[in-house]
Amino acid sequence: MFECLKREGVEVIFGFPGGSVLDLYHEMTNHDIRHILVRHEQGAAHMADGYARATGRVGVCLVTSGPGATNTVTGVATAYADSVPMVIITGQVPTAMIGDDAFQEVDIIGITRPCTKHSYLVRDVNDLARVIKEAFYLARTGRPGPVLVDLPKDVQQAQADFRYPRRIDLPGYHPTVEAHMGQIKRAYQFIKKARHPVLYIGGGVVHSGAYDELVRFAEMTRIPVTGTLMGLGSFPATVTDAAGRKEPHPLWLGMLGMHGTFRANMAVSHSDLLIAVGARFDDRVTGKISGFAPKAKIVHIDIDPTSISKNVEVDIPIVGDCKNALEKLIQMVEAEPIEGLDELRAPWAGQIHEWRETYPLAYTQDSDVIKPQFVVDTIYRVSNGDAVITTEVGQNQMWTAQYYLFDRPRRLLTSGGLGTMGYGLPAAIGAQVGMPDRLVVDIAGDGSIQMNIQEVITAVCNCLPVKVAILNNRYLGMVRQWQELFYQKNYCGTCLDASPDFVKLAEAYGAVGLRATKPEEVEPVLREAFSINKPVLMDFVVSPEEGVYPMVPAGKSISEMLLV
Amino acid sequence: MENNKQRYTIGILVQNRPGVLARVVGLLSGRGFNIENITAAETNEPGITRITLVTSGDRRVLSQIVKQINKLVDTLKVFDFSETEFVDREMALIKVRAEEGTRAEVLRIVDIFRAKVVDVSPHFYTLEVTGNDSKIAAVMELLGQIGIVEIARTGKAALARSKKH
Repeated sequence: MFECLKREGVEVIFGFPGGSVLDLYHEMTNHDIRHILVRHEQGAAHMADGYARATGRVGVCLVTSGPGATNTVTGVATAYADSVPMVIITGQVPTAMIGDDAFQEVDIIGITRPCTKHSYLVRDVNDLARVIKEAFYLARTGRPGPVLVDLPKDVQQAQADFRYPRRIDLPGYHPTVEAHMGQIKRAYQFIKKARHPVLYIGGGVVHSGAYDELVRFAEMTRIPVTGTLMGLGSFPATVTDAAGRKEPHPLWLGMLGMHGTFRANMAVSHSDLLIAVGARFDDRVTGKISGFAPKAKIVHIDIDPTSISKNVEVDIPIVGDCKNALEKLIQMVEAEPIEGLDELRAPWAGQIHEWRETYPLAYTQDSDVIKPQFVVDTIYRVSNGDAVITTEVGQNQMWTAQYYLFDRPRRLLTSGGLGTMGYGLPAAIGAQVGMPDRLVVDIAGDGSIQMNIQEVITAVCNCLPVKVAILNNRYLGMVRQWQELFYQKNYCGTCLDASPDFVKLAEAYGAVGLRATKPEEVEPVLREAFSINKPVLMDFVVSPEEGVYPMVPAGKSISEMLLV
Repeated sequence: MENNKQRYTIGILVQNRPGVLARVVGLLSGRGFNIENITAAETNEPGITRITLVTSGDRRVLSQIVKQINKLVDTLKVFDFSETEFVDREMALIKVRAEEGTRAEVLRIVDIFRAKVVDVSPHFYTLEVTGNDSKIAAVMELLGQIGIVEIARTGKAALARSKKH
């Protein structure tokens, strides 16, 4: 088993032992592999996920049967929704007892079937090497995703000669990597003619490593770029000028969708050509489908054919790897440059500039009370825009997406598809394991941080100096915002008037706790936290009723934004 | 939504691995599709199974399901028969009341529909009927007037028609 993991380049396992994996844990001490002992198996799954997103490698977690396995399910579903490569190894009761309702037995293959890319129950130790090889191959190729391997105890105890297969034999699995040249040519005909084109990019650009190609293609064709939450960092939000100052990238529109920028949503709504790259037309992006890019021809590049024409009818589907497709598009531009590009793009650039000036993202830090946006803004400044940021889910996540400007991929780790509260802290720990020298900050809410708060001790005892910035508004803020706008301010179940003292809690865990209650304390607290080589919890007491804007109400078109 | 409802027959070649049928069926049940009938058996190639299933629902959702089935690691090929000509057959075993006054009528129906009597007892005949949907429906209607006691149907097997030339 461990020999297989070594062959796959695994350096770390996030796990929690139990009866059905004792044999693996017993054997682990004979191998040079790092084990991070978590405090809850959900944490193990999110850590493997955070490690995978930050490094691009496959994350691995190891848990026991029954409750150990079920505790990972939220983490597995999170990784599945965001296409994160992971291998989850679960213990299982001995093969002879499967189906008998044995102690700590659960059909984890059945439970996770809809939220894994594939899964295996290994009944014969002679299959183990092949299964592990296939599991890693499936997890990282094509549209990546989590693969679960269920290992009964007797299979762990059995002996077999070690033979690691050299070849993969999966006749039903052939992801299309090469984009079809005919479709590329058709798409380019539209690109050449378009007057109001927009690139709409998603997490697929991150997975395929197509950052350079995307930047090159957008700059060659001067097509403005908007990104989904998962796509942030796939296109630089800023450029550094000769004097070393950061300026907004002229082609970057910011995020689109429910909490997207005014200019991004307006640009998409008025576009005549929308080029989707590694994005999947999620409902949080499109709003009301009929109002989404109503005048545009749509080109969709995606490695997963099931994503194409799922929610929105596509004019030119291109199945293939984003990097491959963009390389081919760049060749097209080089072969047949767009004539009169300056004159062609000038009106559109002017219009976008006008939208940018009309309703920029803004907040006013005027009173004595800290604005949550100000905290995110200050984290951005103090970290030089260069930290790995994780978030929880809700307002903290949206303010991060709006006010932390990402210039590189794999710097924002967030649960986009599933929207899992409790993701940020364990994901930050996983990311810190993979990137020991980088500043890793979890931007959290006072609600969601408590969903996996137990993992603070995992950070402490593994000397992983993650920083947690809690935007403490004493509410489940995003749900409260919906109640304010759409449920007659009936704040049922969203008030967190009783929360722990986060500073004392940090200290109890052996971490450092800091608090800021006034705007002028925000920056010193951050600077102090970032200078300490230990995990730090920062409690930012922020204004309780701040909302995330712009906002597109559910069921409306993305051009119908609430701006304040 | 109801107006777009149509009946679809889908053929799927899969590797015969544990759980493969559950994976296919899960893609339909997870989207609220009811399966009207389903058959699965090994083909002439060892280790490869053909699944034929009939379902009805919205075209757009169904095309998503077909793509998802295609995406399963164990799936080798999917045939969406709504886009091609195909032949289909199913077999039904029908136990029917066959008493003094009705036996001759049952046998006439057997003859007309080229069915077979496969079991006989003093009061019942069990018939084997093979055909497409409408033939089985017609037999069932006629025998229903005499008195069907029990029925077991295999569900549909389907193959695309070969090109004529």
